[in-house]
Amino acid sequence: MASQPGTAPAKAGEAESFYRHRAPVRLTHWINALCILFLLGSGLNIFNAHPRLYWGQYGANSDRAFFSIDAYNTPQGVRGITEIGHTDFDTTGVLGWSKTNGQYAARAWPDWLTIPSFQDLADARHWHFLFAWILALNGAFYVVWSLATRHLQRDVWPTRADIKSIPRSVLDHVLLRHPRGEAAKRYNVLQRLAYLGVILLIALMVLTGLTMSPGFDAFFPWLLDLFGGRQSARSIHFICASLIVLFIIVHLAEVVLAGPINEARSMLTGNYVVPQERVRDRTSCPAPSTAGIAAPPRDTMSCPEGAP
Amino acid sequence: MTTAGKITRRVAIGAGFAGAAALVYSANSLTLSPSFGRVFRAVEDWTRLNQRALLAPGQLAREYSAADISPTFKANGTFNPGGDAYNRAVAENFANWRLRIDGMVTRPLSLSVAEIRKLPARTQITRHDCVEGWSAIGQWTGVPLSLLLKAAGLQVGARYAVFYCADNLDGEPSKGGEQSPGQYYESIGLVDALHPQTLIAYDLNGKPLEVAHGAPLRLRVERQLGYKHAKYVQHIEITDDLTKIAGGRGGYWEDRGYEWYAGI
Repeated sequence: MASQPGTAPAKAGEAESFYRHRAPVRLTHWINALCILFLLGSGLNIFNAHPRLYWGQYGANSDRAFFSIDAYNTPQGVRGITEIGHTDFDTTGVLGWSKTNGQYAARAWPDWLTIPSFQDLADARHWHFLFAWILALNGAFYVVWSLATRHLQRDVWPTRADIKSIPRSVLDHVLLRHPRGEAAKRYNVLQRLAYLGVILLIALMVLTGLTMSPGFDAFFPWLLDLFGGRQSARSIHFICASLIVLFIIVHLAEVVLAGPINEARSMLTGNYVVPQERVRDRTSCPAPSTAGIAAPPRDTMSCPEGAP
Repeated sequence: MTTAGKITRRVAIGAGFAGAAALVYSANSLTLSPSFGRVFRAVEDWTRLNQRALLAPGQLAREYSAADISPTFKANGTFNPGGDAYNRAVAENFANWRLRIDGMVTRPLSLSVAEIRKLPARTQITRHDCVEGWSAIGQWTGVPLSLLLKAAGLQVGARYAVFYCADNLDGEPSKGGEQSPGQYYESIGLVDALHPQTLIAYDLNGKPLEVAHGAPLRLRVERQLGYKHAKYVQHIEITDDLTKIAGGRGGYWEDRGYEWYAGI
């Protein structure tokens, strides 16, 4: 197995195979994915034990929460109400009041989102801390390895040219134009920023998680100052988790749009089939109009006559 | 790569995903399985060892200013132990309440609340973190537990302080002695028992503890979560073995699955 990403020489007419992800990247990626799945599920179960968020050092039921999920008795029966700021949303059936084993129950997040599915704070904490340790060790290994091999500096950190290409990259993403040829062998600038962003989010998750530990606070009280208090840290923990969910949604959507088989294979085996360059101008080609005519298969698509 | 290598890798990847899928699918049953519980206990031990390695024995939890005190200090768990004995104690303003300290000590003690109030006191404004997620800041006054333990004299081999309480969270108030099912109890190691901020507290925010907050005496163990801070404390036993007490895991909530080391 090659130790550096590289290209296997392609014979004429054959698809070019490119070694895109080295083994440590692939392994840490999938361990991370499993950890995040369990941390999100158990985290929502933990949240259910006190489904309110506050800013500051302290916060309990009599203090002002900026976010809460609760069940209320109303003349129309019990309703699940999610409150963001000062605005109430009726989320009955999903948030606040949902069915567990066919019976409605007061639960902030529904059973199909939590690990374990039944409500138990002690058990959810066990899962959370098990995978928190794996996530932290896996993440520490990834960061050290990536810095040592210059993966982060070379492949993830955006170059000056990358930064300049942000507007064009945004347009390419909006028009669902995916890079081909040489450009497909490197992360584009939005990928780089997204991956750096999610690394930062995971680091914030670990730090805000530690800030919630009364033992760790005695050791590192400046974490309380950094995040503005334990309850602020708990809220930031939740907000960062929400942003990670947003990342996952976009990440998976991009995998599907860019070719799920090829993308998944590259993260499993490392090998990626480079989409061939189009016959003509490959980057300024506008999205094909599908009005009235069937679009040709993507791989053989070339610019229509008269396109700039 | 050889064909054999490809097949081996394919098997490895397939096995990895099958294992992950099985883990997700069986998360509920694993949660309830005693053998998988050993994995969770190992993680708890690993967390405790890490925090013990980081934390100096006497390192203090953050203390706050009077301006940081919560307008309302939330009460949780038992709001009133009830029962004839406790109700009578409330009516007598705890004049006959006694705190016994025995077990592996050279001089067992029995102190009234008035006697405890005459001992050197410590006042601290600290944050109380409930395992559920909420926090409240309050000013606690009490006698450092280390003073009481020094007066009682710890025997060689002593490892834990066990706190027996007057409240019963399973409903029946104070029936059947301090080890009856549902009777609240807690325990801490000597590192925390001798910590300068560990108090037998009698005042909250300058006033005698209310019933909901554990009157007349409660434990403060500031580097751990709220359920360790036993309320209505009437008996402290020094021991080297927690396994013979109640459920054997060192506390009411510990017997119901929560971590004995509640620093996280």
